[in-house]
Amino acid sequence: MRNTFIATLIEEAKKDERIFLLTPDMGFSVLEAFRDLFPDRFLNVGIAEQNAVGVAAGLALSGKIVYVYSIIPFVTMRCYEQVRVDVAYMNTNVRLVGVGAGLSYGPAGATHHSIEDIAIMRALPNMTVCCPGDPIEVREIIKQSVHYDGPMYIRLGKNGEPRIHSDNTPIEIGKAIEVIRGDDLALITTSNMLEQGKIWVDELAKEGRHASLISMPSIKPLDKEFILQLIARKKPIYTLEEHNVIGGLGSAVAEVIAESGIGITFKRIGIPDTYTHHVGSHMHLRNKLITPEL
Amino acid sequence: MNNNEIRKSIIHMVHYSKSSHVGTCLSIVDILTVLYFKTMNIDPLHPTLPDRDKLILSKAHGSAALYATLAERGFFPKGYLDRYYIDGGILPGHLDKEAVPGVEASVGSLGHGLAIGLGMAIANRQSKNPGRIYVILGDGECNEGSVWEAVMLAATLRLNNLIAIVDYNKLQSFGRTNEVINQENMAERWRAFGWEAQEVDGHDMEQLETAFSLPQAGPKVIIAHTIKGKGISYMEDKLEWHYKSPNDEQYQAALLEIGERS
Repeated sequence: MRNTFIATLIEEAKKDERIFLLTPDMGFSVLEAFRDLFPDRFLNVGIAEQNAVGVAAGLALSGKIVYVYSIIPFVTMRCYEQVRVDVAYMNTNVRLVGVGAGLSYGPAGATHHSIEDIAIMRALPNMTVCCPGDPIEVREIIKQSVHYDGPMYIRLGKNGEPRIHSDNTPIEIGKAIEVIRGDDLALITTSNMLEQGKIWVDELAKEGRHASLISMPSIKPLDKEFILQLIARKKPIYTLEEHNVIGGLGSAVAEVIAESGIGITFKRIGIPDTYTHHVGSHMHLRNKLITPEL
Repeated sequence: MNNNEIRKSIIHMVHYSKSSHVGTCLSIVDILTVLYFKTMNIDPLHPTLPDRDKLILSKAHGSAALYATLAERGFFPKGYLDRYYIDGGILPGHLDKEAVPGVEASVGSLGHGLAIGLGMAIANRQSKNPGRIYVILGDGECNEGSVWEAVMLAATLRLNNLIAIVDYNKLQSFGRTNEVINQENMAERWRAFGWEAQEVDGHDMEQLETAFSLPQAGPKVIIAHTIKGKGISYMEDKLEWHYKSPNDEQYQAALLEIGERS
């Protein structure tokens, strides 16, 4: 996802001179191509995330479209108040691009995991929250982000997530994507759990249970209309995310279900409100913390 | 005198709205007066011209001073000042750039403004825009670590279109600045980070105007020695006027004092 992000941004920056890229000293082996092509539109601001976001807001207030790239906790939580005031409140065209969705940084430890980011970012008025599930979703969201009005948070994976969609799958900020249609239940995934969701849906099919697999690349705006259609099918709905079960995709979908007034079987699958003290690879931790309760 | 009119407006605003921070407003009146009436390239009738100079009042609890200055300079009718900090008002206690023309950034949490101004200065240099960026900080505000993140980057980039002004009134919300967090040798601290630094009497309009007009090779800070509550004798250098609002009697006394000078 990282490589797709920077390749797409470079293509867009060739066409649009307003695009700026800032980093608080992250992006080794990722951002160099952008830096070398557009040296006057790239800035390493040093290890200072609060400043990175404030500077981004100042650039955006001057007409630039500014991408700030770092590891998720640093580009969201370390500077949250700058994000709140300088970006969300002022409605500036800043795109916070966080790398390392969920447990992607595996053995690096919980300081580098991101299990609260969706919750805190979607609570900000004006903020659009995009969590692409594969490189095709990343490409389309980055393309659309150039012309999207207002601030955005874009949550990227890290570890070479596979393509799930075909090249021409329609992807639009604010829209769900039904990857597989099945009539027994629906599994809604977001961000880097699309791949995992696909594995589980394929396994269920072998057992004779046919699940819809839905990717939700945009948590805010959320495709409420699509969720209401799912509810109308009267089949169980599950959500799947590598994020705390509090406040992320599951909560967002639960809000729609609760307000629909229609009772339906529903379950949030995700990280059960805990920081992990286990040590291990991304997949090791994912398998320890997230169980397929389908 | 414009600065006396601005002081009158501020006293009026904090009195009718029963709001705080009159001391912090009064300490920057002379700085704002010089900037808006002498130094800055601005056009109140066309407040969004791309090559305008911009000012960010990072110590935005002094918003009443900026609103009063902008109104005095003609950015919006002075009648708007009657709708500060009240139900159904248009001017919030901290700055909202959507409230009125001339407010360049929404600020109110300390330690944000210099980074935003720095971003504007970077944008202007990259776009070959001659506009200069002024950021007013409080001395207490310089406790915030984020200020120094911006200071370091601005010096590294050698931005000569960025001017910070520290309103060095020596009081912060719960004590004397140098007793809460020692910031003695303020100018030396900024110089050590790579800024040009100049100390002035923040109530001497000529000194201020000269300081703003001197050429600079990189980012420059004006350390403006000021008096919190300047111009109203019973408020000067008194911590309590960070919080109190003048009662009717105090309001009349303040107006009388300003009136005698104008």
